[in-house]
Amino acid sequence: MLEIKNLHVEVDGKEILRGIDLKVKAGEVHSIMGPNGSGKSTLAQVLAGRETFEVTAGEVSYEGKDLLEMAPEERARQGIFLAFQYPVEIPGVSNTYFLKAALNALRKERGEEEVDAMDFLALIKDKMKLLGMDETLISRPVNEGFSGGEKKRNEIFQMVVLEPKLAILDETDSGLDIDALKIAAEGVNSLRSPERSFIVVTHYQRMLNYIVPDAVHVLYEGRIVKSGGKELALELEEKGYSWLEDKTATAVNS
Amino acid sequence: MSTETQKIQDLANQEYKYGFYTDVETDSAPPGLNEDIIRLISAKKEEPEFMLEWRLKAYKHWLTMTEPKWPNVQYSPIDYQSIVYYSAPKSQEDGPQSLDDVDPELLETYKKLGIPLEEQELLAGVAVDAVFDSVSVATTYKEKLGELGIIFCPFSEAVKEHPDLVKKYLGSVVPHTDNFFASLNSAVFTDGSFVYIPEGVRCPMELSTYFRINARNTGQFERTLIIAEKGSYVSYLEGCTAPMRDENQLHAAVVELIALDDAQIKYSTIQNWYPGDEEGKGGIYNFVTKRGKCLGRNSKISWTQVETGSAITWKYPSVLLIGDNSIGEFYSVALTKMRQQADTGTKMIHIGKNTRSNVVSKGISAGHGQNTYRGLIRINKSATGARNYTQCDSMLIGDECGAHTFPYIEIKNSTAQMEHEASTSKIGEDQIFYCQSRGLSAEDAVSMIVNGFCKKVFKELPMEFAVEASKLLSVNLEGSVG
Repeated sequence: MLEIKNLHVEVDGKEILRGIDLKVKAGEVHSIMGPNGSGKSTLAQVLAGRETFEVTAGEVSYEGKDLLEMAPEERARQGIFLAFQYPVEIPGVSNTYFLKAALNALRKERGEEEVDAMDFLALIKDKMKLLGMDETLISRPVNEGFSGGEKKRNEIFQMVVLEPKLAILDETDSGLDIDALKIAAEGVNSLRSPERSFIVVTHYQRMLNYIVPDAVHVLYEGRIVKSGGKELALELEEKGYSWLEDKTATAVNS
Repeated sequence: MSTETQKIQDLANQEYKYGFYTDVETDSAPPGLNEDIIRLISAKKEEPEFMLEWRLKAYKHWLTMTEPKWPNVQYSPIDYQSIVYYSAPKSQEDGPQSLDDVDPELLETYKKLGIPLEEQELLAGVAVDAVFDSVSVATTYKEKLGELGIIFCPFSEAVKEHPDLVKKYLGSVVPHTDNFFASLNSAVFTDGSFVYIPEGVRCPMELSTYFRINARNTGQFERTLIIAEKGSYVSYLEGCTAPMRDENQLHAAVVELIALDDAQIKYSTIQNWYPGDEEGKGGIYNFVTKRGKCLGRNSKISWTQVETGSAITWKYPSVLLIGDNSIGEFYSVALTKMRQQADTGTKMIHIGKNTRSNVVSKGISAGHGQNTYRGLIRINKSATGARNYTQCDSMLIGDECGAHTFPYIEIKNSTAQMEHEASTSKIGEDQIFYCQSRGLSAEDAVSMIVNGFCKKVFKELPMEFAVEASKLLSVNLEGSVG
């Protein structure tokens, strides 16, 4: 589904990603872990098409197409979804209106008929229940005045409604209490299928108790320094990230 | 400038969609202004003597005045002697009795604007008094309104058929000496709308006028007068687009509203006149005086405006709150892009007891647009218990535009309660990216964000007008994103 080869990314002349290789097959859940500043969020945003980051080398193919050539909205319409670490507020635009417009943009791309307001409300009702979304939340302006947790939950809600093929979760767990985390994980798990892949970016292992990954990658100073199964996350939890420093040194020397 | 900023600017600087010019034979006066021209206008309109006298009085006063220099706008001097002060479409001379009699080319013009009269009549249930240049060419629903005693007619007709009402109220809100442009208008106005709602009558439909400036070098000077008798209600819509042209056009209208006891007037405007080209050449100068008088107790006047056009906008729809417990409202969206300049706001003058005013202004600047909010809240000594709430927000798109705020507050009564909120924000790349990452184009994102910003004003507009306003804003912000 997704193949990243030797991806180098700069922002303001500073290299953030220094040669990323990653392959995500359909149906897989990959977790990207790493300390602050390692480039996790950069990777997530580059995949979604953020232009503030400059790709200086490497390639990314998504379903056989050159992802880097695609505009952000094009990527979204082709099934990529980014759950933001810091969801943006859009004052005066209701959540329902926003999400309906988004869904219709995707449906249009797929040659499906647009849904009207009534159908849309029927469609989101169950999904709201699944995520314990308060009805008032959906009629309020997008993320405006939402608590940190409400914003994150809203991201997962959008994901569940838009049903992407590749969902990238950028530190969705931060700012969530344990109950909210479980609900968010449930949202993700409800979408898991052989056709759908996830990239879960996180600091902590605890999210992975609920969303069990097929692979865990450790990002450190712009490189993936270690990959493994779900047990790698536990190992990181135990040892922290400091032991990676020696690891990078070894990697460079060898 | 980042590529994203550039993109946003491209979006904002999209060309005027309604640029076309209609070729209709006109019957025009020679350019220039003197007493003879005023006599000609008055004679052409077959006006009674009092009207001519009033015009001449205004003209004499105007000669003693100078153009105001305080607005935060810049433009090259206007040569008042090169303006044609009277022009009428020829086909008007026999007077069209129905739409069938209206110049087909004129109807075509409306069609290009997407506002076919016949459709409006049938579908929207809106009575339309269309002003094409200076003469009203079509008035509809007159009979139906007539049954309720409502008068809705071209101003020139009111002067002839309801001279007592005109005599009583004309200049009672905006006197002929009021300001440079209002005095000019008083001297040379050619037409406009007249509305009279009798006591206790609720006007059953929105009254609407579509203005259009067309003949070359013709200043457009409308005069509108709306009188709402005790306990009556009226909602009036004014909307306009204009054809592409090269010369600057002066537009100096005057609108007077009078609300008596328990009466309510809602006046909504969509203004989309030609803003000029990329360099600001050729756009319309819009110097308008709009004022309402809440004369009666518990009366209410609301101004709602969506200003997207004109090279220069100079406009302060105001309310004189004379009657006790009267309410004045001003809701405004002003968009300036390219080289457009707007200096707009309101004046709320509290005179009666327990008077209230509510001001919500949303300014959007893009390209090289300059947007100024100028508002005066005055609480007179007599206005015990007066309250005002003002919210004044500016949004910047790109980094070469400007937003300015000049709030004036004068309080002479210590019981007054005032609230003032102001904010300035910039459409962020992060907001646009967020929308894009959900599948929306950058264009749709900007339009959605701007419409959200303006929501508080749009919801004050009548339903169909709100849809139109939102569309207009999107069209104006739409552009060439590849």
